[in-house]
Amino acid sequence: MNIIVCIKQVPNATNVQIDDETGRLKRDGVEAIINPYDEYAIEEGVRIKEKLGGKVIVVTMGPPQAENALREAIARGADEAILVSDKAFSGADTLATSYTLFCAIKTIGNYDIVICGKQASDGDTAQVGPETAEMLNIPHISYVKKIETIDDKSIRVERMMEDGYDLIESSVPVLLTVVKEINTPRVISLKGKMAARKAIIKTFDAKDIGADVRKIGPNGSPTQVVKIFTPVYRTGGEKFVGQPHEIAAALVKKLSDIGVI
Amino acid sequence: MAMDYMLSEEERIMIETARTIAVEKIKPVREQYDEKEEFPWDIVKEFAQADLCGVYIPEEYGGFGKGIMGLVLVVEELCKIDGAIALSLAATALGTLPILVAGSEEQKKKYLPDIASGKKLAAFGLTEANAGSDATGMTTTAVKEGDYYVLNGTKCFITNGGDAETYTIFAKTNPQRGARGISCFIVEKGISGFEFGKKEKKMGIRASSTRELIFNNCKIGKDQLLGKEGHGLMIAQTTLDNSRPGVAAQALGIAAGALEEAVDYARKRVQFGQPIASFQGIQHMLAEMATEVEAARALLYASARMIDSGTVKRTSKESAMAKLFCSEVAMKVTTNAVQIFGGYGYSREYPVEKMMRDAKITTLYEGTSQIQKNEIALNLIKESAAKSK
Repeated sequence: MNIIVCIKQVPNATNVQIDDETGRLKRDGVEAIINPYDEYAIEEGVRIKEKLGGKVIVVTMGPPQAENALREAIARGADEAILVSDKAFSGADTLATSYTLFCAIKTIGNYDIVICGKQASDGDTAQVGPETAEMLNIPHISYVKKIETIDDKSIRVERMMEDGYDLIESSVPVLLTVVKEINTPRVISLKGKMAARKAIIKTFDAKDIGADVRKIGPNGSPTQVVKIFTPVYRTGGEKFVGQPHEIAAALVKKLSDIGVI
Repeated sequence: MAMDYMLSEEERIMIETARTIAVEKIKPVREQYDEKEEFPWDIVKEFAQADLCGVYIPEEYGGFGKGIMGLVLVVEELCKIDGAIALSLAATALGTLPILVAGSEEQKKKYLPDIASGKKLAAFGLTEANAGSDATGMTTTAVKEGDYYVLNGTKCFITNGGDAETYTIFAKTNPQRGARGISCFIVEKGISGFEFGKKEKKMGIRASSTRELIFNNCKIGKDQLLGKEGHGLMIAQTTLDNSRPGVAAQALGIAAGALEEAVDYARKRVQFGQPIASFQGIQHMLAEMATEVEAARALLYASARMIDSGTVKRTSKESAMAKLFCSEVAMKVTTNAVQIFGGYGYSREYPVEKMMRDAKITTLYEGTSQIQKNEIALNLIKESAAKSK
């Protein structure tokens, strides 16, 4: 069983600050980590491999420093890691990102399952997994909390819902996005850490994955961020206290003053 | 800043891994295990999964190959959080060392990989009811009958007893020869004539099992003998030279954990309108505790490095010094930590009373502090005598 896990390197959300002038995340000096939901995706991939054999290939689209996230994925038990990196990818929205991952997965070829975290902790869109599945023309099941059975023909999973779960069967290949309830990622082993240090991380650029330049980066991104801002929270309104008839009088006067009545 | 001991990257990785398990997996359950006196199988699984069980076992047998220093670093880090749960691993090292010290290539290949992977735990069976500090007083016997040895006798206070799969057992093969009549055997759990007796109820290290091992006409193959007949006591002594730093590491970890708790508490506890850390009386206690912990660490690491260097034949003196000093420091530092916590320190609501209870064993097992002093003095005299020849 060949498993591809798509991951994203994100800023450690516990201490993110927003630049007031540009409205963007201050990334300088902020520790970069594997998107927490993707850790569950890696763990699940590794567990399937341990049960059924095969290999786990981890893929990320990102800048060269995203290599660190891939090394950690190797430490967590993945067998191979591919960094999809090209200046032309920079500024991609979810559609262009999905297209890029789709091209990378096609280039890798032979796979049975693609696993993603349910969403990234920075963008929180939860779109890339399902979009990638659509482009690959395979079914997808999101919010998977448990894989009940799996073989090379079909898969049966529990999809988490607000009021319980759905039991879903699908053919394989399939793309899953997973929630944190699916497993507890293992503590990274000593041998894993040593393997991560020695691992050779493959890099694919836009050409390597045969990407159409019109569909990547800003060119392939119909959504653009116009502005990011911290919403201004409404402070409490004016409060009238006293006897009911006094409050009623004060309220009528106030409404009259501001021209509502 | 912590003192810099020029640790290698691999050594730092071991510490980091042990730290992660200690904080994320052990800390939330340590009181529960202490209270219930249960064997921490859930945590043993974590040790195994993270490759911590075989840090001191050479790579060719499936370990991480980082020697006694590797064992020391891992045990210290785990014991900062809990001094009992780490024993599943540390006492396994004690039970495994006779195989590393005296095992044939065949025996090493047979037993070490499962111990390195954490699939099996080990235990060391030397002590008997009337043979503690004086191991030669043991009455367990192993009588050779053709291709077998037949074991009879009872071992007591065996750490991991009942939970371990692989036991290194010392027994008299020739009672007339005294110290030279003792031999060491590998005995596996489950064989006929090998049973477990009562489980001790202890002051501390309550998440660690301590049981009697009972041999009643227990027949084992002659290939279970480690080294040669009559070499048992020598194997035990060499094992203890290698394992005492493990106890020292347990003591150091407990002391370092108690120090951290004490400093943190002293900063937060307000009396007379100010944190008690602002009082010189408390400050001086903390300063002494920190200095002793660091001195203990420096002595222990130096001893462990010396053992691993393999350049010295015997390291009895250095191992004994490390064990003596670290365990006495652990007792002193944990007692002072309880003192700084005041009445709260005596309460099970806070972790330091357990640390004090757990620390005490380190001055007792694998040789009491008095036995360590004997060992140190004996070697001093020998060294001096050798010089004056």
